Amino acid sequence: MTTEVFSGAEMVVKALSALKVKYIFGYPGGSVLDLYDAIFQQDEIEHILVRHEQAATHMADGYTRATGKVGVVLATSGPGATNCVTGIATAYMDSIPMVVLAGQVPTTLIGNDAFQETDIVGCTRPIIKHSFNCRDLADIPNVIAKAFYIASTGRPGPVVVEIPKDLMLPQNKVPFNIETNVKMRSYNPNIKGHPKQIKKAVKTISEAKKLVIYSGGGIVLADASGLLTTLVETLKAPITNTLMGLGGISGTHENFVGMLGMHGSFEANKTMANADVILALGARFDDRVTNNVEKFCPDATIIHVDIDPTSISKTINAHVPVVGLVDVVMQQLLDELQASNFTPDEEALQKWWQQIHLWRDMRHVGYKQVEGEKIKPQRVVEALYKITNGEAYVASDVGQHQMFAAQYYPFAKPRQWINSGGAGTMGFGLPAAMGAKLAFPNKHVICITGDGSIQMNIQELSTCMQYNLPIVIVALNNRSLGMVRQWQDMVYGGRHSSSYMESLPDFTKIAEAYGHIGIKIDSLDELDSKLEQALSIQNKLVFVDVLVDEKEHVYPMHIRQGAIDDMWVEKGVKA
Amino acid sequence: MRHILSILLENEPGALSRIVGLFSQRAFNIESLTVAPTDDITLSRITIATRGDDKVLEQIVKQVNKLVDVMKITDLTERKHVERELLLVKVVAINDKSRTEVKRISDIFRGSIVDIGKQIYTIELTGSSDKLNAFLDTLKNETEIIESVRSGCVGIARGEKALRV
Ligand SMILES: Cc1ncc(C[n+]2csc(CCOP(=O)(O)OP(=O)(O)O)c2C)c(N)n1
Ligand SMILES: [Mg+2]
Repeated sequence: MTTEVFSGAEMVVKALSALKVKYIFGYPGGSVLDLYDAIFQQDEIEHILVRHEQAATHMADGYTRATGKVGVVLATSGPGATNCVTGIATAYMDSIPMVVLAGQVPTTLIGNDAFQETDIVGCTRPIIKHSFNCRDLADIPNVIAKAFYIASTGRPGPVVVEIPKDLMLPQNKVPFNIETNVKMRSYNPNIKGHPKQIKKAVKTISEAKKLVIYSGGGIVLADASGLLTTLVETLKAPITNTLMGLGGISGTHENFVGMLGMHGSFEANKTMANADVILALGARFDDRVTNNVEKFCPDATIIHVDIDPTSISKTINAHVPVVGLVDVVMQQLLDELQASNFTPDEEALQKWWQQIHLWRDMRHVGYKQVEGEKIKPQRVVEALYKITNGEAYVASDVGQHQMFAAQYYPFAKPRQWINSGGAGTMGFGLPAAMGAKLAFPNKHVICITGDGSIQMNIQELSTCMQYNLPIVIVALNNRSLGMVRQWQDMVYGGRHSSSYMESLPDFTKIAEAYGHIGIKIDSLDELDSKLEQALSIQNKLVFVDVLVDEKEHVYPMHIRQGAIDDMWVEKGVKA
Repeated sequence: MRHILSILLENEPGALSRIVGLFSQRAFNIESLTVAPTDDITLSRITIATRGDDKVLEQIVKQVNKLVDVMKITDLTERKHVERELLLVKVVAINDKSRTEVKRISDIFRGSIVDIGKQIYTIELTGSSDKLNAFLDTLKNETEIIESVRSGCVGIARGEKALRV
């Protein structure tokens, strides 16, 4: 009996199917032609042809954020691979599992400055969790299996696999062996919280009079919102989410005090500043959260739960560090609370909540929409929330519109909110929305974008046509790079250096040229009805261009170098 | 404060560049770095001499540990340890006086002369980095140093404690 043999290209495809991959997002080129030929000759995996490799990475990323499954990107060597860099960095900053397969020139040419040779492993070294240079044909399946394992376990992140062209030639064949149950002696990602630290954490929580739970993207990544909600309800404590953590608990839960940080709610930042114990879960005290670290919650005892030890005590010192998977640790905390007969201190809780309600009643997140005046961007997001019953997947780009989306669309569930938080990558929104729509064709997927951001990957309208991805794009068109303009208004004496978008195209016509539907909205009267119309269209992509008030700012906003609760709450007004 | 870190990691291509990249990316200091395979050739051992306060050191250790290739890292300077560095130095030795003087100094430091030319002596010396510094300073007072090369320090914990898988 002869054993079956396969080429490297065939083995890549076989390995991906063994790992249950459904989609590859990519773009062909010289070094990966054999792989494309192998993809052509099977039908287990669908290849989605984007129009720019950056979009392939964001689309894979959006698919992953919506589903939790590892996204796979394929690019050719040289420019194809370097076009992925921004998307890899975006995934890295938000700990999104991703496997990027990059072609490379033949092994014999590596180092010769050959045509389309770029050291992509070198280029991406600081923005990946790990990377592999394939140099052995028979090893390809196991390298890919390892890449998936590393990308998706522990603190997730992108993994780059470089495959030289000669390893994929059809004439070189070997038997296919893959070990999908990966074990690596130098990498052991599954960690339970140390029992001593769990006890300490529970003791600290039990003694707290003004506890706040501060949770981040880790909750979403770990699909741990159920446990989080149980923990919140057990402790009866207020909870705030980071930008990445929205949906970790329902945005309408009565214990939820809103997003915290630079554009967080007044009550969330006040609650943090006045807490005596902060329980941080899967969050990393990012500078957009803390404001000036020297002034950050000086009286609070901090319990910090994270899978990544480097995140603990990096910017803010943790009094009770707990390294572990956030879902595992939350279960340990719940068990220990029960074992120690925890009962909430009702008297302290009542006082604490009374104070929080006072802050909430000051209603410092707000805007004034006057009849007959320009549409306020916040009003658009509120309308979208109502029309979709708060159930849509919302992918956003980066800028003011992103913050308005985060503030005015309370997400009920994790994974509904898809945005580039850590990197803040303009151009992320459209391809990310496409990835979500591919995964959930029957759900509303909205891309909330700006007139600046949308132009950074607008070519993907063509991909949407090819694969029938009827998302709803809502551009909060303020004819400017609004977030830049806001800083220029507040910090640079109103000097609008290069923050105008002059000669904007007619976005509705662009959408139509690509074969989609375009709708323009420029008065308040027609806002709700036209948005409803857009969201009722099932099988076609709709681009809704909403002309909004270009003078609107995002508030609250941290006062630079201040404490977490030093905020501008409206133009010229400090809290 | 100066620290000597010992890192045990997979002997894989790219592993060293990840360590070096990490130090430059995060603005950690490298005073010296040495690397070679261990008795088990699937593993490499890197010794890095670095400087930083406790907070920086904590981050360095955690960040290095986080690299997928890294098995273990330890800060040797936390406990009793042996530290050695190798120096090769070529000096001017043109007349009897200078030759005797160089020989005398090298004997005091327990160095050995490993090469002799018409006008040069090459000396080999091992010891702690401090000892090598002192030796070089003494030599400089007596003769001219033509070139010198140092290995960077390596270290190992005293007693039973071992860095192994
Ligand atoms: C790729 C990239 N380049 C530059 C920036 C800096 N930046 C942040 S927000 C912003 C303006 C975004 O404009 P727009 O998409 O119209 O959104 P708006 O703020 O107007 O809602 C810019 C330029 C960025 N985040 N990403
Ligand atoms: Mg804009």
